[in-house]
Amino acid sequence: MELIRGYPAYMRESIELVEKTRQRRMKEKYRTLSIEEREELLRKYHPDYKPGTKRPLKIGPSKGMIAPHEVIDLLEAHPHVMPDDINLDEIDIDVDLLIIGGGGAGMTAALWALEEGLKPEDILIVTKLRLGDSNSIMSQGGVQAADRPPDSPVRHFIDIIGGGHFANDRKLVKILTMTAPYMMAWLERLGLMFDKDEEGNMLELWGGGTSIRRMHSCKDYTGMEIVRVLRDEIRNRQVPCLEFTSAVELLTDKEEDRVVGAVLLNMESQQYYVARAKATILATGGFGRIHIQGYPTTNHYGATMDGVVLAYHVGARLRDLDATQYHPTGAAYPEQIVGLLVTEKVRGAGAQVVNRHGEQFVFPLEPRDVEAAAIIRECWERNNGVETPTGMRGVWLDTPMIEELRGKGAFKRMFPAIHKMYSRVGIDPAQDPVLVFPTLHYMNGGIIIDEKAQTTVKGLFAAGETTGGVHGKNRLMGNSILDYLVFGRIAGIHAARFAKHTSPGKPSLRHVIRYEEMLKAAGIETDRKAPVLLPDYRGERVLARRIEIL
Amino acid sequence: MPDETEGLGETVRIYIMGKEYRVPAGLTIMKAMEYAGYRFIRGAGCRGGFCGACATVYRKEGDYKIYTDLACQKTVEDGMYLVQLPFVPANKAIYDIEELKPEPNILLRFYPEIARCVSCNTCTKACPQDIEVMYAIQHALRGEIEKVANMTFDCIQCGLCTIRCPAEIPHYHVFQLARRIYGRYILKPAKHVKERIKEIESGKYDKEMEKLLTLSVEELKKIYENRGRIED
Repeated sequence: MELIRGYPAYMRESIELVEKTRQRRMKEKYRTLSIEEREELLRKYHPDYKPGTKRPLKIGPSKGMIAPHEVIDLLEAHPHVMPDDINLDEIDIDVDLLIIGGGGAGMTAALWALEEGLKPEDILIVTKLRLGDSNSIMSQGGVQAADRPPDSPVRHFIDIIGGGHFANDRKLVKILTMTAPYMMAWLERLGLMFDKDEEGNMLELWGGGTSIRRMHSCKDYTGMEIVRVLRDEIRNRQVPCLEFTSAVELLTDKEEDRVVGAVLLNMESQQYYVARAKATILATGGFGRIHIQGYPTTNHYGATMDGVVLAYHVGARLRDLDATQYHPTGAAYPEQIVGLLVTEKVRGAGAQVVNRHGEQFVFPLEPRDVEAAAIIRECWERNNGVETPTGMRGVWLDTPMIEELRGKGAFKRMFPAIHKMYSRVGIDPAQDPVLVFPTLHYMNGGIIIDEKAQTTVKGLFAAGETTGGVHGKNRLMGNSILDYLVFGRIAGIHAARFAKHTSPGKPSLRHVIRYEEMLKAAGIETDRKAPVLLPDYRGERVLARRIEIL
Repeated sequence: MPDETEGLGETVRIYIMGKEYRVPAGLTIMKAMEYAGYRFIRGAGCRGGFCGACATVYRKEGDYKIYTDLACQKTVEDGMYLVQLPFVPANKAIYDIEELKPEPNILLRFYPEIARCVSCNTCTKACPQDIEVMYAIQHALRGEIEKVANMTFDCIQCGLCTIRCPAEIPHYHVFQLARRIYGRYILKPAKHVKERIKEIESGKYDKEMEKLLTLSVEELKKIYENRGRIED
């Protein structure tokens, strides 16, 4: 197919309509929806409400919780290791604090555990990819903190609760919003390059569902800048880290109901290690790579919900896993980048979302679930989307508006990552709009934690995307980075305190036997095992003809 | 290789570490290798161009040049000879950010090897992020921290520059140090952040917050709907 500056001729025709309406639209303000209108739109068009996509969980302390089949499948699955498979008498690693996950939450926890007095050698971070490879590093648009008048933590709190459909754990939201400015100052001290004016004031932008400009950013590499600074600091402080090593099961004490470490797997040699720890933090992130409802995802390669599975094996309670976040603007064209993120900051900076006729159909900065539902309706109910050569549908994100509003060269200056991604496939987003459709983005729910980031099981802490409660049924932009900073810190501090007053446990896998008994009692017969650690994208023909010997 | 191209539409030949595979056209290098049967443990990270885990080196048939890119971002082309670079050995200086000063010689002090730069520009050609790596090293030599920090902001630390450098410079660590010094000591801290922290610590918001914890959902909904947008 012949392409003209990256697009086939028929898509160019629609782009011309977008160009034609642009000057008029620049002055147009699309109205926002009321709570009732939002709820109706969600009920009809959001993927969470699609019939036949969910079922209740049959076992464990959160029995009855409704969640997508893909999630329940991993919870109603066998653990990988049984007590007879592992020699628990030999302790390979013995630490005060074991941190599972090397993204933003894990690294923040480690740094604050040091502040609390643990020595680097008392801590171990394990991560199944490399330190820092995570959803945290992929976050583009920014981080929220109510740190300038006339904004306030109270306003931030109210925005969050409304965005989360009033289902959030309010105590956690209070901590999140009241600690936010403090975390910004912490990042400044670590040497973060925030977008600032010459006086040092933060340049703050709009985000979906916020009632004031509150988004702090580092161009569209906000997550990358934070993660590489945290990683550099972890290396300066010489906190030990095992890469390409995953936790395949937690360990519980022989007598007491508490977590005392984990069974680790060296993913390259397939060897296991018994890691004993006085306190354990799950910082394992979300679930994009289990592809809920078959959606493409913005998430990193290891986002397979391992922490939720591990926590559930030891009896920790879960919440809000019925609510999945689809980011409204994933790339829908061309095929190579389908599902990758086009940051909400593009809309925060003034770009509109328009249909194939070049008309707006939704306020560009509704909360994410509402915005996503409106785009789905426009494409599949009203037939106002643009069909791609592979049969996907999408709407236009009118990126050239950024140049119109903020001057020539503004797009590349503010969005170097997005500009680069599209340049590689022959599209200039400063000149032409880009086609977008919702993409699987974030696990709104997860493991229940309290104000000390403790799960409902003693000795087990959790922080970041693997937890639930902070965001209720829908997270707003810029609150995921904030979540891992605030609760990563709290988890690090309280896990360190817990470890200081705890003696090492006597590791056992008795919870695995209990889990197997629950599966059996519920009549669940399956070959599935979890956690899955990584997705499998090998070609079908290869898999169908595979002989496993080596 | 047996012909396995039936029903695939347009295909291209790629050579994964020298071994030929036919794969559908239009895939990224990463997806093409998976299609061919590779399951990554190393060499795949964020899959979105932000982490640098999938740095890839390739040559094309009949072309003397060495090319570099990210496997998750680059589309396969017919006749590509591919190898991944899953790890780059490069020593990082250990420092305490609190004790540094933004002095002109500081980068050279921690990384004296930058003085070995022969200005060959191979690093720049290797950069998948289009950073002017060689110029950034020259600015580092001259102690121009601000220039280094801003020029290298898009660095994803994949290490391709470092592994290609004849002077054996660990560019991406030098740049990280420059950015942290810039962020810590040259960019001004935000006064409004400090002031807000003081307000929070003084208890200014405690009463309102406590009230929000106890309201009914209906009351909260009212507050939410009436909060208004502040367009300042």
